[in-house]
Amino acid sequence: MPERLSILIAEDSAADRMLLATIVSRQGHRSLTASNGLEAVALFEQERPQLVLMDALMPVMDGFEAARRIKQMAGEELVPIIFLTSLTEGEALVRCLEAGGDDFLPKPYNRVILEAKINAMDRLRRLQDTVLQQRDLIATHNEHLLNEQRVAKAVFDKVAHSGCLDAANIRYLQSPYALFNGDLLLAAFKPSGGMHVLLGDFTGHGLPAAIGAMPLAEVFYGMTAKGYSLAEILREINAKLKRILPLGVFCCATLLNISFQRRVVEVWNGGLPDGYLLRAAGGARVPLISRHLPLGVLEPAAFNDAYEVYPLELGDRIFLLSDGVLEACNKQGELFGEARLHEVFAANRQPARLFAEIQQALAHFRGEPQDDVSLVEVSLVEEGALSRPPLAFAGSGQGSPLDWSASFEFRGETLRRFNPLPFLLQLLLEVQGLRPQGGALYSVLAELYSNALEHGVLGLDSTLKCDAEGFAEYYRQRSSRLARLGEGYVRFHLSVLPEPGGGRLIVRVEDSGPGFDGRAILEQQLALDSLCGRGLALVRQLSERCTWPADGRGVSVEFCWQAGA
Amino acid sequence: MADIHLDSTVLAALQDVMEDEYPVLLDTFLADSEERLRLLRLAEQATDGQGLRLAAHSFKGSCSNMGASLLAGLCKQLEEVGRRELLAEAPELIEQIEREFAIVRILLKSERQRYRR
Repeated sequence: MPERLSILIAEDSAADRMLLATIVSRQGHRSLTASNGLEAVALFEQERPQLVLMDALMPVMDGFEAARRIKQMAGEELVPIIFLTSLTEGEALVRCLEAGGDDFLPKPYNRVILEAKINAMDRLRRLQDTVLQQRDLIATHNEHLLNEQRVAKAVFDKVAHSGCLDAANIRYLQSPYALFNGDLLLAAFKPSGGMHVLLGDFTGHGLPAAIGAMPLAEVFYGMTAKGYSLAEILREINAKLKRILPLGVFCCATLLNISFQRRVVEVWNGGLPDGYLLRAAGGARVPLISRHLPLGVLEPAAFNDAYEVYPLELGDRIFLLSDGVLEACNKQGELFGEARLHEVFAANRQPARLFAEIQQALAHFRGEPQDDVSLVEVSLVEEGALSRPPLAFAGSGQGSPLDWSASFEFRGETLRRFNPLPFLLQLLLEVQGLRPQGGALYSVLAELYSNALEHGVLGLDSTLKCDAEGFAEYYRQRSSRLARLGEGYVRFHLSVLPEPGGGRLIVRVEDSGPGFDGRAILEQQLALDSLCGRGLALVRQLSERCTWPADGRGVSVEFCWQAGA
Repeated sequence: MADIHLDSTVLAALQDVMEDEYPVLLDTFLADSEERLRLLRLAEQATDGQGLRLAAHSFKGSCSNMGASLLAGLCKQLEEVGRRELLAEAPELIEQIEREFAIVRILLKSERQRYRR
């Protein structure tokens, strides 16, 4: 049963008006009557009826003008107007429609037809009502969604922008709302001055794709700042994503660990398209291939953190891209693909123009620009070329411990699985006076630890690293010997002493190896500028004093500070 | 046949719709029609072609609703005369309309009688 409507009848003939009013009332509706257009408009404004029966020719104001005014007052709401007319000329009927009429009822009136028309118009009116309600609902939802995205992006920007994407050696291209395409780009300085870079691509779109970015960024930044290694960060991110994300949501990602001092990059790629190491000399493009499942897929025990290590020269660039580039599709349904990307690489003359050329090629290929691609390029520069922010600390540093010593010994099983550096660094940075030197301290500890482990405990020969093949061999031997490691130790002896106006830290590192002549190695390293480690020269440069005990079993470095410095 | 003056099937349909209000509808039509005729004469005297056309059009509509088809036809002719400003033909047509309305009124009055309680 249709709902009861209130229906305005505008008709100047009293008998016709009465007849219509009666038909409408018998049908169960409420009738309002007017004898001319002006009355009709006034009555409409006052009573807001849902439907109008309108005579065309009336005194004072005709039905055409009244219809126009009523339609204007009704606005978006559909108030159907049925013209009552014995006009038959086409032109007159057109005038009715132009004035906003929705239908006609010819004279003489037929009750059955009038009822049917009122019902049909009522259906139309309710349909329009529903459409308007749903439109408003969608608009509200959309507003809501955009607002949520704004909030999410603002929160995420706070997390992500604590990074160093604006460092001079990084170039990147990303849509401002890449986060909601699932794309994620993070970069952070390590305490040692190196850099971690992550390009990620979560499955899906919208908030579900963005939600995993928050914990991932927290882990990435938090662990990088504390000096954790690439492998440890990968393990933690994978475990965390696996734990919190629903099945089928994961993150394809490439992680880079770039050391400007050692001039190497460690690369782990799980599911992203090949990245490229672009050699400055000779222009070779070394593909950085995905060898792993994406982050968040495997259980922690099955996760493989094995990464590849490549030596770098000044000016070498590492280029990463999201699958938006390769999967860009043209109108014929073809994919952009790797071959076209290689053409762009081959044609590129100015490195600074590479991103623009890729975008141009994509736009040319698709016939319109593509806005959901993420590109990043990191170059190897002289370490001093980058300005980096001081390390940030949570605590106030009050009550700083100033007179203590401690010794640690890390043995076989631990050396295989555990990185003691973040642990030691956290302890040492409790000493407020050491904080301004945190980066140098970390670099020196990292260098001494890797020397002790690689040369002392594992017995690796650093002269292997003098060419690219030997370099790879060195890292192959390192991982196989580490995996078989049963005995051996690395010891840290830490001693913090107060001094007038400041203090001093003495670190002595020993290992279970046969010992070495540090001074001789230093001489050798200073003489070579090759792929060999630059380690000991660096240690000497960064620390206050650097000495080798006569037995060759270890090395001792000192840092000192002035109070209030 | 009286049906060319007043269509009995139309009256039956009106009676069906109006039920108890049927006599009131007949009274209303008669009173309204007297007023229409007055307007027609006024427009003719004022040689107002447009006024003549509108008055004839309205009268035609209500006549057709009441089943007075001959009267409606005469009104239609007058409407056309007004539209084309052929005012010389108006007096003759108005006279015909008045005569036809006199017949319709008699027929409606007798119809009305049948419903006097």
